[in-house]
Amino acid sequence: MGFFSRFLIPNPSPVIYSSMVAIGVTVLLIIVGLTHFKKWFFLWSGWLTTVDHKRIGIMYLISALLMLFRGGVDAVMMRAQLAVPDNKLLDSQHYNEVFSTHGVVMILFMAMPYIMALMNFVVPLQIGARDVAFPRLNAVSFWLFFMGAMLFNISFVIGGSPDAGWTSYFPLAGNEFSPHVGTNYYMIGIQIAGIGTLMTGINFLTTILKMRAPGMTLMKMPMFTWSALVTSIIIIFAFPVLTVALIMGTMDRLFATKFFTMTDGGMDMLWANLFWVWGHPEVYILILPAFGLFSEIIPTFSRRNLYGYRSMVASMVFISIYSFFVWTHHFFTMGQAAYVNSIFSITTMVIAIPTGIKIFNWLFTMWKGRIRFTVPMLYSIGFIPLFTIGGVTGVMLAMSAADYQYHNTMFLVAHFHNVIIPGVVFAVLGAGTYYWPKMFGFMLNERIGKWAFWFLTIGFCLAFFPMYITGLDGQARRMYTYSESTGFGPLNMISFIGAALMAISFVLIVYTIYYSIRHAPRDVSDDPWDARSLEWATHNPVPEYNFAIIPQVNSRETFWDAKYKGHELFKGDYEKIHMPNNSGGPFILSCIFFVFGFALVFSIWFLAIIGLIGIFVCMAHRSFEIDHGHYISVEEIIETEAKFGGVNKWK
Amino acid sequence: MEIDHSQPLEYSTEQNRLNILGFWIFLGAEIMLFATLFASYFTLVDRTGNGPAGAELFEITPVLAETFLLLTSSFVIGLGIHAMRIGNKKAMLTFFVITLLLGLGFIGFEITEFITYYREGATLQTSAFTSILFTTLGTHGAHVTLGLFWGLFIILQVKKRGLTPETANKSFIFSLYWHFLDIVWIFIFTFIYMKGMT
Repeated sequence: MGFFSRFLIPNPSPVIYSSMVAIGVTVLLIIVGLTHFKKWFFLWSGWLTTVDHKRIGIMYLISALLMLFRGGVDAVMMRAQLAVPDNKLLDSQHYNEVFSTHGVVMILFMAMPYIMALMNFVVPLQIGARDVAFPRLNAVSFWLFFMGAMLFNISFVIGGSPDAGWTSYFPLAGNEFSPHVGTNYYMIGIQIAGIGTLMTGINFLTTILKMRAPGMTLMKMPMFTWSALVTSIIIIFAFPVLTVALIMGTMDRLFATKFFTMTDGGMDMLWANLFWVWGHPEVYILILPAFGLFSEIIPTFSRRNLYGYRSMVASMVFISIYSFFVWTHHFFTMGQAAYVNSIFSITTMVIAIPTGIKIFNWLFTMWKGRIRFTVPMLYSIGFIPLFTIGGVTGVMLAMSAADYQYHNTMFLVAHFHNVIIPGVVFAVLGAGTYYWPKMFGFMLNERIGKWAFWFLTIGFCLAFFPMYITGLDGQARRMYTYSESTGFGPLNMISFIGAALMAISFVLIVYTIYYSIRHAPRDVSDDPWDARSLEWATHNPVPEYNFAIIPQVNSRETFWDAKYKGHELFKGDYEKIHMPNNSGGPFILSCIFFVFGFALVFSIWFLAIIGLIGIFVCMAHRSFEIDHGHYISVEEIIETEAKFGGVNKWK
Repeated sequence: MEIDHSQPLEYSTEQNRLNILGFWIFLGAEIMLFATLFASYFTLVDRTGNGPAGAELFEITPVLAETFLLLTSSFVIGLGIHAMRIGNKKAMLTFFVITLLLGLGFIGFEITEFITYYREGATLQTSAFTSILFTTLGTHGAHVTLGLFWGLFIILQVKKRGLTPETANKSFIFSLYWHFLDIVWIFIFTFIYMKGMT
């Protein structure tokens, strides 16, 4: 292939050309807008260089919402293609690209950053800290994720998208069967984002272990912090496996190594194994923080403390360990011995036990509680029955003998959406609403939010429950069309209607944000939900230093005790506060990573070498830099606190 | 920065203690990285295709030299940290320079070894076995190379700024990294070379 022809889209269509124009126009509008309103400096000094965990959390949130839109469009396109038999909306190549990017974008660039957004924003507040252990590294994590995601996304207009599925199994993902650069984007985009995620794991584990407020022992941590701790440990153990797998995949594609080839001793199943040794823990990296969020929301809106705290912690730790011993269940049909399948069947089914314990704990938390049906609580209540259905079908899939019937059918697709959407998506949407006033200082409109919830829930049921039936009847996943004689038509039409309702709910979610920015009152109290943990003890929105005085923790629900049981939260006087300095380093480093990644995708070696040198120069610069941070003086703290009405109001 | 004088210099501030714990956790991730490489190596070791097997490639002399150089360097950097603890900057710098020179010698031997393999017809593309062999050794070698630059930067900083809580912290963390690479090498020596030669 010629040098320039590689940059062209292999299978262009009017949709892609119009998207190119749309992207170009949007970028132009952003640049013109920033220049016109003189916001470049604001953007640089306030956001691009920030090391504040709250701002980084908000940037994660915005990226996640953008990616939710991108992945959602993919989803609607797929459902539209399958809505009627023998549809010609998408051709097979385009359909392959759409389901591949839908999977990657939703898991790695929507769900992960959404979880990271909440971890970044909430965890330091919940443990009474002023920032994470390594604020600069935190910014590096965010920007690496962001650049990895952008690199992955431009594949769609430059060179073509990955088309080997989100699992990219070899030999399909090898050069022979995927000759265009799409899969290079997959390997390198995810690699860059994955390095960022690994750094986040290290950062949060250190933060939670070392920076808790005085009195907060491990068994007095709020449940979301516990889930962030366990998740960080899983990240640290799981992500290096992905790093190695992606390096091998990249080398197979760029340097013709023989890891996963069909010749010269290569072993395609090695990829499948490595991918799922990371991939299965990855789904717990998503779901455990989601469980943690539900464990914050449900007690608040039931006005009861969390039932079974110790068993909640124990089951999370148990799940985190077991998550590394189940990966083979993703390919029961791919040639292991029967006894191997049996062992992994059993380990997989065992996971249902701790998960079941957690479900019962949430139910017992609500039992005899005074439940308020707010938007976050609706998501939590909707989660329990829907997630249980997903869990039960998961146990069905875990039976290796029966899996020969389910494997790679729509039944599987229905199952994993049935756990991820009510599990992760409901959690992040509910928690997004719950923490919105802490982030932005105003509440989201409840009425529109409830409409969005019902559209999402009903749309979800309509979209995915029919797939269980068509899957059992033999409709394979990733098939771009089917004939009328299969009889799958009507059920797929119902799925399409469900997908359309879910799309409407997304529009409603965006509308509720817009509406609330315009109309919501700005004078919400610091604790609008009458909540129980420390993040609500500070002001709304949170000042730069989080807490003027570090809180004293006496129990699992310190803030509740401070409000109703006379616990003294803030003792002592103001002292000057040490804060980290902002830095452009992380952003610049990540931009260079982007260029380096792009050069690798297209094998432009001189640019790749320049990029690599640039990365090392950034690291060397960081090594020699002297940065002691800065202090916020007592006068400044008094001034800020006075604006918020003083610190000691919870005494 | 509050400095706690009851602690060694590298542990004396809160940020220093965070850095050291964070780096231990990072080493945990590095263990997973090398564990994955080793697991893949064991999977692919007999899949040599038309290329040579380990027993045909490996020679004991250069490998012993590499082992000797790297293990000695690990001991010397330990002496360097000891010198740092008793506040002897000059001795510390000398030991660090020796460490890096030994590391450089290791890299030199490794490169000649790679060239020999290449001449004997074992390239990155020959077979699954040679791919994983070069990748595992190369990942370790790249870590050592990165360490050479990192160590050099630290020597320059200690020389210029003296032994402060920051430079002591960096030196200590670098020594952790260097010991870790040594431990990985012991596994490479045992499970790739020794096992491969028999």
